[in-house]
Amino acid sequence: MPRPGFVLNVDRSTPPTLFWHGEGFRLEKLPADRSRVIYAPEPHDAIDDIDGAIRASLLNPIDMDPLPTLLFPGMKLTIAFDDVSLPLPKMRRPDLRQRIIEQVLTMAADAGVDDVELLAALALHRRMHEFELRHALGDRVYDAFEPRGLLKQHDAEDPDNLAFLGTTDLGEEIEINKRAAESDLLVYVNINLVAMDGGWKSTAVGLASYRSLRHHHNPTTMEASHSFMDQHASELHKSTWRMGKVMREHGPKIFQIETTLNTDIYPQPFEFLAKREWEWTAKDRALYLGTAKSVAKAPPRMARKIFQNMEAPHQMTSIQSGEVEAVHKITTQNVYDQQLVEVEGQTDILTMGIPYICPYNVHSIMNPILVMCTGLGYFFNLYRGKPLVREGGVVILTHPTTNEFNPVHHPSYIDFFEEVLADTTDPHVMSQKWEKQYAEDEWYKHLYRTSNAYHGVHPFYMWYWGSHAMKYTGKVIIVGGDAATVRKLGFTPASTMNDALEIASDTVGRHPTITHIKTPPLMIADVK
Amino acid sequence: MKALQVSRSVSKLGMARIASAISPATATRVGPLDYTTVDEPELPGPGWHRVKTRLAGICGSDLSLVEGHASLYFEDWVSFPFVPGHEVVGELDDGTRVILEPVLGHEARGFAPPFAGAAPGDGDDYGHLATGHLEPGIQTGFCCSTGGGWAPEFVAHESQLHRIGQQPGTDMPDERAVLVEPFAGGIHAALLAAPVVAARQDPSRPAIVAVLGAGTMGLAAVAGLRRYVPDVHIIVGARYPQQRAFAMAYGADTVVGPDGLQRAVRRAAGCHMVGDHLSSGAHVTIDAVGTSGTVTDCLRITRPRGRVVLLGMPADVTLDLTGLWHRETELKGAYTYGTETLPDGRTCRTFDLAIETANDLQAERLLSATYPLSDHIDAIAHAATAGRRGAVKVAFDMRKEVH
Repeated sequence: MPRPGFVLNVDRSTPPTLFWHGEGFRLEKLPADRSRVIYAPEPHDAIDDIDGAIRASLLNPIDMDPLPTLLFPGMKLTIAFDDVSLPLPKMRRPDLRQRIIEQVLTMAADAGVDDVELLAALALHRRMHEFELRHALGDRVYDAFEPRGLLKQHDAEDPDNLAFLGTTDLGEEIEINKRAAESDLLVYVNINLVAMDGGWKSTAVGLASYRSLRHHHNPTTMEASHSFMDQHASELHKSTWRMGKVMREHGPKIFQIETTLNTDIYPQPFEFLAKREWEWTAKDRALYLGTAKSVAKAPPRMARKIFQNMEAPHQMTSIQSGEVEAVHKITTQNVYDQQLVEVEGQTDILTMGIPYICPYNVHSIMNPILVMCTGLGYFFNLYRGKPLVREGGVVILTHPTTNEFNPVHHPSYIDFFEEVLADTTDPHVMSQKWEKQYAEDEWYKHLYRTSNAYHGVHPFYMWYWGSHAMKYTGKVIIVGGDAATVRKLGFTPASTMNDALEIASDTVGRHPTITHIKTPPLMIADVK
Repeated sequence: MKALQVSRSVSKLGMARIASAISPATATRVGPLDYTTVDEPELPGPGWHRVKTRLAGICGSDLSLVEGHASLYFEDWVSFPFVPGHEVVGELDDGTRVILEPVLGHEARGFAPPFAGAAPGDGDDYGHLATGHLEPGIQTGFCCSTGGGWAPEFVAHESQLHRIGQQPGTDMPDERAVLVEPFAGGIHAALLAAPVVAARQDPSRPAIVAVLGAGTMGLAAVAGLRRYVPDVHIIVGARYPQQRAFAMAYGADTVVGPDGLQRAVRRAAGCHMVGDHLSSGAHVTIDAVGTSGTVTDCLRITRPRGRVVLLGMPADVTLDLTGLWHRETELKGAYTYGTETLPDGRTCRTFDLAIETANDLQAERLLSATYPLSDHIDAIAHAATAGRRGAVKVAFDMRKEVH
């Protein structure tokens, strides 16, 4: 029986706490009697017969007819799927998308459907590399579809392949992939890692264009989303729901397939990372020392490769198919069941170790913009109810935060860092002054469409993701980061955790309460 | 008198070149520059004056010479042994302070000027520089007949002198006056951008001018662009913080590190990056450094049929000119100054523009340190590493020298 999440009150006997620090770690001794550490619930048991569960779900969908009955000869079928940003880390083969799509394709073949296309739901993310598509879909599916041009990646900048579906009551435009919009059936295959994912966000966001996305990916909406993991308190979700309503009326019939994973993310020999420090065995301590010293001495490129090649053993805990909203309600509850941790009250200082990966640097570099986004956009938002840190409190991140970018994946990020952040760190100001130029830059469009680059506007979205946290907190400190880079982000550098706590005392006083959210594995703090 | 003098010594030049890899100070010690006793130069004839040096700047071309990197091209255009120093503010026998316009032009050498009112740098035949009654020398500071500014005294022709304070608005402290010559060089380079800027295809948008390097000359070019070339968007690649601050203060629109220049120009042009080159780019790029790397970078960021202005003395460079050929890029030298035609059609002397600019910008802020001649090794080492030591211009101060 997996243990639930746990809040440890730090005392003098508590061993140092493990913090992620990019492709490395830090052991930090948090002040006794006023610090606490939140540990994620242990991984739930995965479903034993995954393929059987998939089949059962497709045959017994929620609020929809069984999938085989929706398939008929001559129909146009599109199967869209989550892109490389999910899951994190990538899962061991076979990927769930492969398992599900193979069964959908089998049912389509049985029904005589011969117009089938696969579509990666990129939104404005980068195109997936071949090896990533093969990993997600399996070689059999890839080899059957890609050479015939039937495996496509959504192109949000291809005007000939976008369809305008209408506007919401608030004037939000819905423009999505034309093939998906004109299909007789759109099957969406999702992997739901956090409570933010899935639902209408899959199609109304994943298959949309900039014209559509700008209505919710903006500072005003992001700032009013409290939090992204609590859909009913999230303006982002409310916007996608409004769009979903239009899609339901004017868009294709959607058969939504959503899955949840457990939080078993660390393969051998990294299992010690999931353990609570006081439960480390001598072997765990030795593994920690060996790993920490090895990655510290390894060239950054090699350390990055070691971690990025990590394939997680996490596995499916639930699958539900059918009508989008009905399905997503169950999915969200399943995510909560795995990830919720009850936490009593807020804290003055929230600490978080930023790891090597986030949804936007798979097989890539965690650049400074993504450090900000992971800390203030994602980890800060891992709450329901109230933020873990009190308003005006301090957030402390640990990460090397070097001025390093992947020029193939993140070309506009480099310019954003050099040009936009040199001008302003205010999401509203940059949105008004700079966003359009980046969104419409022909070179960024070219790279997004033909190479493996995130869209020109994407760094803005990453910055907006942290809007609420930036407005809400009194100070953000990065421990162990490159000082010039950290300052350019608008944050305060500190060389050690003690320095950071000293700096924070200007904002929160000499004896603040401290809470460390020890993630990954992912969790959601249910703050009372 | 004690002065710094460069002698013709192939072995010393070679040693300086090798030693410069170790440090500028070592190169100075073993190179062709000596702190030695020299005779005061004779007045070559009527119209010549004795000038007592007050301040004399150390220029990039001086450093190149001292470190043994100067081109063999100059072999026939200079005369050894010579006293370097061409960025000079001095004093005539009657106490009048003067700024030297160092080119030894037609009048100084006893020839008729190429046109009435010509400046020393004007003309399209340089024969006079190697002939006439003076030994060869492109400027004061490269000619054994005249001496140079790195000595307490030298001689200068009337045509080379700009008297300080005799015209309204021309009074200035020595520390400002010593910057006028490099400012004139930078402004000349800036004005070489003007025809391309005026002829651009889309006059509704400002022309992009990139300046690579923000030492004294690069900064002067930025100032010149902002003041005398309308409708330009100036992007500067500057390595050091103080250079970036000055570039912004002098009117740059965007200042980035050297590594970020190509991306900054691309952003401004809204073009593509194709391989190492921009698909379009800056209308004009001014190279204020002059190495193989910087000229190559300029060619990469200048748009097809644009102009690259070489302001920094390039010496020997290795270039792949395929891009230049394909893009029909114009490579334009910017050695010195003379009579300029401004974009509004007026003509004026570059030095007058430089005096005006130096006064308006209080150019003495660029003068970071001064040294007595006897501390020339430290002075040259400081000048050679000015950027990373937070400096811009270093000069010799001879106001307390015994003449």
